[in-house]
Amino acid sequence: MSQEVLLKVKDLRTEFFSSKKSSVTAVHNISFDIYKGEILGLVGESGCGKSVTSLSIMQLLKDTPGKVTNGEIVFDGVDLLKASDAEIRDIRGGKMSMIFQEPMSSLNPSMRIDKQMIEGIRLHTKMSKEEARNHAAEMLKKVGIPDPQRVLKNYPHQLSGGMSQRVMIAMAMSCDPKLLIADEPTTALDVTIQAQILDLMKKIQKEEGSSILLITHDLGVVAEMCSRVIVMYAGKIVEEAPVEVLFNNPTHPYTQGLIASVPKLGSGVKVLPSIPGSVPDLASMPQGCRFAPRCKYATEKCRTQEPDLVVVGENQRCRCWLKQEG
Amino acid sequence: MSNTQNQNEQLQNNLSFEENYIDENIIADKSSKTKEFIKKFMKRKTAVVAFVVMVFLLIIAIAGPSLAPYDPAAYDYDNLLAGPSAEHWFGTDQFGRDIFSRILAGAPLTLGVSLSSVIVGAALGTVLGLLAGYYGGWLEMLVMRGADVLFSFPDILLAIAIVAILGPGIVNVFIAVAVFTVPSFARIMRSATLAVKNSLYVEVARSLGCKDGRLLFVHIFPGTIQSLIVNFTMRIGSAIMAASSLSFLGFGANVTDPEWGAMLSQSRSYLTTAPHMVYLPGLVIFVTVLAFNLFGDGLRDTLDPKIK
Amino acid sequence: MGRYIVKRLLQTIPLMLVISIFVFMFIHLLPGDPARTLAGVEATPEEVEAIREEFGLNDPLIVQYIDYMKDLFRGDMGRSLKSNIPVTELILSRFKFTIQLVFAGLIWAPVVGIFIGVICAIKRGTWIDLGGMLFAITGLSAPGFWLGLMGIQIFSVNLGWLPSGGLDSWKSLILPSIVMGTGIMATLARYSRSSMLETLREDYVRTARAKGQKESIVMFRHAFKNSLIQVVTILGLQIGGLLSGSVITETIFSIPGMGRLLVDSIAYRDYPTIQGLLMIFALQYVLINLIVDVLYGVINPKIRYD
Repeated sequence: MSQEVLLKVKDLRTEFFSSKKSSVTAVHNISFDIYKGEILGLVGESGCGKSVTSLSIMQLLKDTPGKVTNGEIVFDGVDLLKASDAEIRDIRGGKMSMIFQEPMSSLNPSMRIDKQMIEGIRLHTKMSKEEARNHAAEMLKKVGIPDPQRVLKNYPHQLSGGMSQRVMIAMAMSCDPKLLIADEPTTALDVTIQAQILDLMKKIQKEEGSSILLITHDLGVVAEMCSRVIVMYAGKIVEEAPVEVLFNNPTHPYTQGLIASVPKLGSGVKVLPSIPGSVPDLASMPQGCRFAPRCKYATEKCRTQEPDLVVVGENQRCRCWLKQEG
Repeated sequence: MSNTQNQNEQLQNNLSFEENYIDENIIADKSSKTKEFIKKFMKRKTAVVAFVVMVFLLIIAIAGPSLAPYDPAAYDYDNLLAGPSAEHWFGTDQFGRDIFSRILAGAPLTLGVSLSSVIVGAALGTVLGLLAGYYGGWLEMLVMRGADVLFSFPDILLAIAIVAILGPGIVNVFIAVAVFTVPSFARIMRSATLAVKNSLYVEVARSLGCKDGRLLFVHIFPGTIQSLIVNFTMRIGSAIMAASSLSFLGFGANVTDPEWGAMLSQSRSYLTTAPHMVYLPGLVIFVTVLAFNLFGDGLRDTLDPKIK
Repeated sequence: MGRYIVKRLLQTIPLMLVISIFVFMFIHLLPGDPARTLAGVEATPEEVEAIREEFGLNDPLIVQYIDYMKDLFRGDMGRSLKSNIPVTELILSRFKFTIQLVFAGLIWAPVVGIFIGVICAIKRGTWIDLGGMLFAITGLSAPGFWLGLMGIQIFSVNLGWLPSGGLDSWKSLILPSIVMGTGIMATLARYSRSSMLETLREDYVRTARAKGQKESIVMFRHAFKNSLIQVVTILGLQIGGLLSGSVITETIFSIPGMGRLLVDSIAYRDYPTIQGLLMIFALQYVLINLIVDVLYGVINPKIRYD
C-alpha cells in the first residue's frame, strides 16, 4: 500500500539534564513514520520513553529538564526542530494537537470551559468570538456532550473525569488537526468510560481522516484501535509491525512477553505469565541488548553487543540477535 | 508433632533473619542518606557560607566575652563617640565603650535568649502539634483554636503582649519569644503529623498492633523531623529579630546591657553625630539573621526540594 | 459562595469570643491585685477601693466578664490611667496614623514582591532569579528598626530629602512605608516564586502551550492567575505582620499611632489602654483575615461555584 507520510521522526534523541554536564538519555535515536489517516500505537512499560517521545514531537519539553539533542522531526514538510517558535506555535493546537493522561488537571481550573476552547480556536482560525463559541459548542456535541451550552459555562472542577477528557478531545480536534497525539488518554478514567472515549476517538478519526499517535501501556487498547504498533523498551524501539502481525507473530522476546501477560477471554489460564525484573534505570543501562537481563533467550552475545533494528518481515522491524542470525 | 515444631523454629529463624536483614538495611540506608545529604548540601554554596558564619557566631556566643579586646563596660572619656578606627574597629559609644567588645559581650545574651526560647517554644509546639495531629478530636480542636487566638496577635505583637503582662526584662523576653514560637510549630507539626499518620507504613504498623505511644514516637515523629528541623532553623532568625525588637523598644534587656537591640535603641539619640553606633550593631543583627535564614533555606531545599 | 461567607463569619464568632476572654483575663493574669494595678502605684488605699468598686472587681469573674463585654459593645473600654481620657477616644485619635502606615506599606510591597517572585520563577536558575531571591532574603533578614534608622541617617540627616519623623506630608510617609513594606515584600517574593514554580509544572500550563498559545500569555493567563490564588491565602498573615510592624515604625519615626500608644502604655503600665489596644489589634487582624478569605473565595472558582 502506498501511503503518504505525515510525520517523520528520524534519529530522535532526548536527554534529561540534571546539570549542564550530566544527563540521561530517555529517548535513544528512534526513527519512525506516521502515515496519513492511520492510528499508530506506541506501547511500552512506564519509563520506556514513550511519553517523552510525544512531548518531544510537540516540543513541550519546556519546564522539564529534557532537551532534544539530536534528530529530525518532519511534520507535513516542516522540520519542527529547525522551525521558529512562531511556526511551532502555529502548528501546535492547529495541525497537530495533543490530549493528555490526566484530563482533570489538564484544564485550567480558574477559567470557564468556553474561554479555554475559544482561546485555542481563535489562535488558529479567523473566527470571531461568537463564531468560535458556536464552533466550540458544535465540537462538544460532536464528542457526545448532550448539553454543550451548560458545559461551556462550567469550570473544570464541575466536570467528571470522562467529561473533562471529552472536552480535551473537543478542544484538540477543534482546529481540524492532521495529527492527534494521545498520551495515555484513558489511563486515568474508569473502565466503562475508557471504552466510550476510545470509541469516540476512533469515530472522530474516521470522520475527519486525521492520524492519531496513541501512546499507551495497554495492549488491549492497541488491539482495538491501531493499525500499526511500535514497541519501545528503555528508550529504544524494539519492534514495529502492523497490529495483526504483532499479535499473531511477535518476534521480539519483550513483545512476546507483553502479549503473553495480557489476559485472554476464555483461555482458562489462571496465572498470567509476567516478565521478570523491571525496566533498567536510565542512568545505568546494561551493556549489549537492553532487554538481555530480563530475557530468557539471552546469550553471551546479547549481553555484550547491542543488536540493530532490522527488517524481519513485511512491514516488520525487530531489534534482536535471535532474529538476525537464524 | 516434632515436625510442626521444626517448622515453627524454622519460621522463627526465617523471621529473625529477616529482621536482622531489614535492620542492617535501614542502618546502611541511614548512613548513606546522611552522606548523600551532606553531598547535596555542600553544592549549595550560599548555604554553606551561611553555615560557616552561623558556626562562627555560635562560637562567639560561647567564647565572645573572653575574646573582647576591651572591657565592654569600661568608660573612656577621651574617646567618646569615636568612629571606627584601628584601635576601635566598630568605634566607641557615648561613654567611650568599645562597641566591638560590647557586641562580642552581648552575643551570648542575644543569641542565648533567642536560641533557648526557640528550643523551648519548638519543644512545646512540637508536642502539642504531634498530639493534636495524632489524636484529633477535642484535643486537636483545643490546640488549633489556641493557636488561632495566639495568631490573632500577629508577629511580634504577641511577644509584646506577653511582655506587657509580665513586664520588661530579659527573662520575660525569653518567655515571650518562646510563646511566640509555639503556635507556628504546633500548626506545622500537626499538619506534618497528619500527613505521616495516613501514610502506608504507619497503617501497617498500626495493623500490626503497635501501641499509640510507640506509634507516635517511633513511627510518626521521625517522619515529621524534616519539617521540624527546617522550621526550627527558620524560626531562629525570627526569634533573634523578635528579641532584639523587644529590646529596641525598651522591653528587653537592661539599657546598660550590651544586648544588640538595646544597643541600637541607645544609639538612636546619636544618629546625627555617631551613625556608626546604629550601622554596626544593626549590621551584626542583620548578618546573624541572614545567616540563619540562608542556612534554613539551604536545609529546606536539600531535605525536600518540593517545598520551596 | 454565600454559604462560604456565612460559614467563615460564623467561624469568626467563637474566635472573637476566645480572644475577648484572653484580653479580659489580661488584667487578672498580671501579678498582684488587679485593683492595685489599675489604680497605679501611687494610689491611696481609698483610691484602690474606689477602683475596685468601679470595675466591679469584687464580683465573680463571670459577672465581670459579662460586664466587660457589655461595655465593649457600647464602645466603652474604660479610661486611660495616664491621661484619664476614655480609651476608645484615645485609640480612635491614634487609629488614622496606623492605618495610613499600613496602607503606605500595602500600596507597593505586595505588588513589588509578587512581581519579583514571578519574574524569578520564570527566569529560574538564572542570575536574575539568584539576585531576586538574594534581595528577598536580605529584606527578610534586615531588622525594621535598623532599616528605619539608616534611612533617617541617609535621607534625612545627610541628604536632607525626607523628614525624619512625623506624618505631615506624603514625603514623611516614604521612609515609614519602606520600613513597613520590606518584610511583606520579601515574604511575598519568596512565596509567589515557589507558588509560580509549582503552577508552571501543572498539566494545564502544558495544555495551554499545546494549544499554540504565546509564552507570555501562557505565563500570565494560565500560570500567574492560578498561582495568585495561592498567594492570596497568605496575604492575611502578612497584613497582620504590617500591623505589628507599625509598633516599631511608629517608634522610630515618632508617629503618634496605635503602636506608639501601645509602647507608651506598657512603659506607663496603663493597663486599660493596653487591654483596649490588644482587643483592637486582634479584631483588626481577624477582620482582615475574613476579608482575605472572602477575596480568596471570589477569585477561586472552586469555592465560588460550590
